[in-house]
Amino acid sequence: MASVWVFIEEEDGAPATVGLELLTKARSLGDVTVVYSGPGSDQAFATLGEHGAARVLHADPGDALPSAPVAAAIAARCESEAPDLILFGQTYTDRDVAGRLAARLGRSVLSNASDVELRDEAVVTTHEISGGTQIATAEVAGEKPHIVLVRPKSFPVEPAGGGAPQVEKLDLPDVGRSAARIVEHHVEEREGPQLEDAAVIVSGGRGLGSAEAFGMVERLAKLLNAATGATRAIVDAGWVPYAMQVGQTGKTVKPDVYIACGISGAMQHLVGMKDSKTIIAINKDPDAPIFSIADLGIVGDVHNVLPKLIEALENR
Amino acid sequence: MQVVVCVKQIPDPSGTYTLDPETHFLVRPDEQVLDDTDRYGVEMGLQIAQAHGGSVTLVSMGPKGSMQGIRQALAMGADRAVVVDDADLKGSDALTTAQVLAAAIQRTGFDLVITGTESTDGYSGVVPQMLAELLDVPALTYATEVEARDGKVTINRQTSAGYDVVEASLPAVVSVTAGVVEPRYPTFKGIMDAKKKEVEELTASDLGVDTSLRQRVTAVEPAPEREAGVKIEDDGEAHLKVVELLQQKKVI
Ligand SMILES: Cc1cc2nc3c(=O)[nH]c(=O)nc-3n(C[C@H](O)[C@H](O)[C@H](O)COP(=O)(O)OP(=O)(O)OC[C@H]3O[C@@H](n4cnc5c(N)ncnc54)[C@H](O)[C@@H]3O)c2cc1C
Ligand SMILES: Nc1ncnc2c1ncn2[C@@H]1O[C@H](COP(=O)(O)O)[C@@H](O)[C@H]1O
Repeated sequence: MASVWVFIEEEDGAPATVGLELLTKARSLGDVTVVYSGPGSDQAFATLGEHGAARVLHADPGDALPSAPVAAAIAARCESEAPDLILFGQTYTDRDVAGRLAARLGRSVLSNASDVELRDEAVVTTHEISGGTQIATAEVAGEKPHIVLVRPKSFPVEPAGGGAPQVEKLDLPDVGRSAARIVEHHVEEREGPQLEDAAVIVSGGRGLGSAEAFGMVERLAKLLNAATGATRAIVDAGWVPYAMQVGQTGKTVKPDVYIACGISGAMQHLVGMKDSKTIIAINKDPDAPIFSIADLGIVGDVHNVLPKLIEALENR
Repeated sequence: MQVVVCVKQIPDPSGTYTLDPETHFLVRPDEQVLDDTDRYGVEMGLQIAQAHGGSVTLVSMGPKGSMQGIRQALAMGADRAVVVDDADLKGSDALTTAQVLAAAIQRTGFDLVITGTESTDGYSGVVPQMLAELLDVPALTYATEVEARDGKVTINRQTSAGYDVVEASLPAVVSVTAGVVEPRYPTFKGIMDAKKKEVEELTASDLGVDTSLRQRVTAVEPAPEREAGVKIEDDGEAHLKVVELLQQKKVI
């Protein structure tokens, strides 16, 4: 049986969702150990057990930026335990730890995978490229562990009904001049459903024309009990906070319905939302790439269509 | 303050990318542009060097071609550039890239290394962290604000919920997000000066980096296409189609 490790970061007191996705997948690949980074709790560990972790290596970085100490601790364990594969999510802290770990061990990293398999001595991964229009298969053979970063929402979360795992403390070494400290946390106020788990998402892009016009997206979202999303163009322009960004460098979403308002459909945006079950797009350019994946495309001005749509919904 | 900014030349992203049918490596034309995400790093580097005194050195790996992208960054005001161009580096993974960049940066000397968070053409998103590990310095990543002085660096680090304030001692690697600063446009004088600036060219063997390939792309195939939907022109009543579909999907 292959030995598969899954790195999972704690988020709001619980294992990050992407971690449970990876854990679900990992069960089909071999024996699973979770490397858990965060304060930890019996409840968090129980959740890990329920999803198939027999063993948890628990690292608590406190107020240290996890990457350097956690990567060093995992590297040390790799020497004594020789796992075959370590899975990470394509998220911020996961990328930090994976990158440092790989450099320390002298291993390749496969980034942005949407699937992963172990074949003989090699790891084989699948990657959606060019905005998901092409599928690439990549392979790394040779020295283990193989290190793979997987995009969120690549696998469903399915509990396996396991009991409490065996938890072992992972001691974090002093990393000397590589240390960094988190001195403050800032959480942006978020109302309503969260992007990651909303059934309906209304997203806005530069076609709205101004930050004020994003108000239409918010009103529509409220009427549909939806979360609001955005393109990087309007995040960079400062119209909305980064937490709303959907796409390659933002969140990956798979709602039942995704409504794109004034969004061109750039590759980097599509890769974050193209697996939505139903896509509705409003754009005044009939050739906008977003129409190639929309179930319902409306060639029109958001300033005409959205107010009428909002009114029609309010009058129901 | 000795600032190093890692910049990448990439094929013009507004065109279509071509992959070599045999190796599946990206085909890189002679004329490449400066990766847009790196313009933020260059601007950040210039601002820090200007505020606290110091120099900005660009470090880049890849086929130099006409060096249009490097000249673009020099024209913004960077002092000099080191370019590592070696046919053996074709198809390098993130680790080899980081090893090359780290070796070039060690040679140059540094207090602060600035990178983007991910490149437009490769987007492995781990080069900055690998670089930090190889240089044995902290990686302060996904910065939306950066302050560096008196031997210390403080950033706002973007998180999925908001941001954290993170601090460390220099030397350090900082990766900056797009939007961290407003990149300047090169002036005419800047463009003229850039032509005279020093560009040092190195190979992988100058730096003693092993170039053997670790990963390979075995196949690239078209993805299953999503079934085409309907597209209608708004005649003033198109919103009703949306309402209809939302009802059908039981959203309302
Ligand atoms: C490394 C990298 C990572 C990136 N990551 C992301 C990411 O995570 N997420 C992301 O979204 N982008 C990302 N991008 C940026 C991406 O390439 C696009 O630039 C961005 O998605 C475009 O946003 P947009 O559709 O809002 O703007 P635009 O491309 O400017 O499109 C605006 C659209 O609005 C339409 N329009 C204009 N006026 C109206 C009107 N009145 N009514 C209706 N329609 C109108 C126009 O026809 C146009 O199609 C990334 C880019 C890079 C290089
Ligand atoms: N070949 C390269 N030359 C110089 N800098 C690079 C190179 N590749 C990556 N980088 C830097 O690392 C960042 C992240 O790239 P990546 O990890 O490839 O997504 C980029 O924004 C650059 O600043």
